[in-house]
Amino acid sequence: MSITVSNVSKSFGDFHALKGIDLEVPSGELVALLGPSGCGKTTLLRIIAGLETPDTGNILFNGEEATNRHVRDRQVGFVFQHYALFRHMTVFDNIAFGLTVRPKKTRPSKKEIREKVHTLLKLIQVEQMADRYPAQLSGGQRQRVALARALAVEPQVLLLDEPFGALDAKVRLELRRWLRRLHDEIHVTSVFVTHDQEEALEVADRIVVMNQGKIEQQGTPSEVYDRPATPFVFDFLGNVNLFQGRVHEGTAKMGGLVVETPEHAGTRNAPAVGYVRSHDIEIERIPFDTASLAAQVHGVVTVGPLVRVDLKLPGNVEGIEVDLSRDVADRLDLKVGELVYARPRKVRVFTDDYVI
Amino acid sequence: MQPATTHKATAAKRNGSVSEPVAVRWVLIAAALLFLALFLLLPLAAVFSQALEKGWAAYLEALRDPDTISAIKLTLFTAVCCVPLNLFFGIVAAWLIAKFSFPGKSFLVTLIDLPFSVSPVVSGLIYVLIFGLQGWLGPWLQAHDIRIIFAVPGIVLATLFVTFPFVARELIPLMESQGRDEEEAALTLGASGLQTFFRVTFPNIKWGILYGVILCNARAMGEFGAVSVVSGHVRGVTNTVPLQVEILYNEYNYAAAFAVASILALLALVTLVVKTVAEWKIQQSLAGPDDKR
Repeated sequence: MSITVSNVSKSFGDFHALKGIDLEVPSGELVALLGPSGCGKTTLLRIIAGLETPDTGNILFNGEEATNRHVRDRQVGFVFQHYALFRHMTVFDNIAFGLTVRPKKTRPSKKEIREKVHTLLKLIQVEQMADRYPAQLSGGQRQRVALARALAVEPQVLLLDEPFGALDAKVRLELRRWLRRLHDEIHVTSVFVTHDQEEALEVADRIVVMNQGKIEQQGTPSEVYDRPATPFVFDFLGNVNLFQGRVHEGTAKMGGLVVETPEHAGTRNAPAVGYVRSHDIEIERIPFDTASLAAQVHGVVTVGPLVRVDLKLPGNVEGIEVDLSRDVADRLDLKVGELVYARPRKVRVFTDDYVI
Repeated sequence: MQPATTHKATAAKRNGSVSEPVAVRWVLIAAALLFLALFLLLPLAAVFSQALEKGWAAYLEALRDPDTISAIKLTLFTAVCCVPLNLFFGIVAAWLIAKFSFPGKSFLVTLIDLPFSVSPVVSGLIYVLIFGLQGWLGPWLQAHDIRIIFAVPGIVLATLFVTFPFVARELIPLMESQGRDEEEAALTLGASGLQTFFRVTFPNIKWGILYGVILCNARAMGEFGAVSVVSGHVRGVTNTVPLQVEILYNEYNYAAAFAVASILALLALVTLVVKTVAEWKIQQSLAGPDDKR
């Protein structure tokens, strides 16, 4: 089932949580709503679910008006950040709940319910825990049970609110890959909320980046990562270095950095900021053939598979961060205080009419 | 002394730098126990020893007095009227306050607390002012031959007012701490409002409800001030147990007064036991799925 969000706004008192959101979720896709806390992503998800009502605007399911449809008639499966399992019920009863509350006419028989629950228990790989209570499960198991409970009613839409937010790093990684595989199998239209860009990039078919109640950009993971539409998206998706400067008729000059920017060909002498991801910078001891920046090594820290190098540039107070692979770092063997040359491989220039 | 030994055991395990010196701990424990003994256990023991001063026969005789029996009946009747009503209103109010946000919510919370902050005598007087002969509705009630003040309805009304906050006050913090997630989950799964209440909300708050009911009941049976104002002290008709105790005491019939009082004291003990069990169960239900958060 496709979801259409049209011009939805919502305020809580003086706080504008959502400002005129338009969004299209095609049937069968897995979409991530990505943004910092307070950007309105959870509010949007709850409005789609029917747990909140929008101040203005409409929600359409398969093109049909659903704004005023009651939660229980929307056929949405909702997975909460803190699981929201019924604490006094066993895993079995939790999963069966949605089926047992149906009116007699549409309720499956006891046997059918039991079969359905066991199929789901197998799907979430906790078959032997049917008789346990939520308190006796680990966080990852609880979230899988919550997912199975939502899937039991065969929802047309699956909505997940920071589903992995309360889990530790390792379990989070496992579970999000499992969710991706599950979605490839059952193809239910899904929307999940996250503030973790890595999670969104890895799991989603499409990413909707939100900030301060508005959508900044939407697209496939590679679109939003490789071609960020706004400085905010650039900044939010990964580590970034800023170079202040000016742009004039298609050429940006930022410190010692000169970049051709055909997209700003019409701009005349305007302030500009160059954005460079920290892994898009090379370091050498001798100057590169093209314009490179002289810098001083300020710090070297090994972060798992990467080595993060802090560089001080003349005229750039904040300095820049460079992520090198272990191989490259080992070959360079950088020492603090050393003079090196840095060259950005990819620079994205934004003029100042964009404000983060 | 069970509490003292467990305390010592846990204190030994604890880091010494964050606990008080042994001497200070013992002085504090001794002070607390002495205070308890002096102001709680001693009076309780006194009630029973006074009640049984003239032996079991006299004790049972005092309880068999027709006026006493009618007082016990009236007290039970009042409790049977008030507890279910306040249970219903308390649950509804707590549900509204804990699970929804609406304008005037804090005003409603204040209103619920009103009976706690008003002296019971004043609450009794309010009803006299409204329903009494000189009151607002007095002449109309008189004309229709309806008696509220100095009759059973007045006693029930006054008790209802005084015991109103108990269930709601107990449930509001419990329901607020449990949040709305489970109810919302039930709704998204297609449950109706009633199904959500009986299958999700109620099981989570049942021990809180029991706790509220037992406190409400204890107060309904033990209320003196408000009931005293509206009762009129008609022997065998509008006397509740606490009023009966007062009358017997004023007549220097100490053994009988304490015998009747011992019923209330017993009720208090039962209340305490149930309360302890309920509190323990509430702790357990709160420690449910959230313990690993």
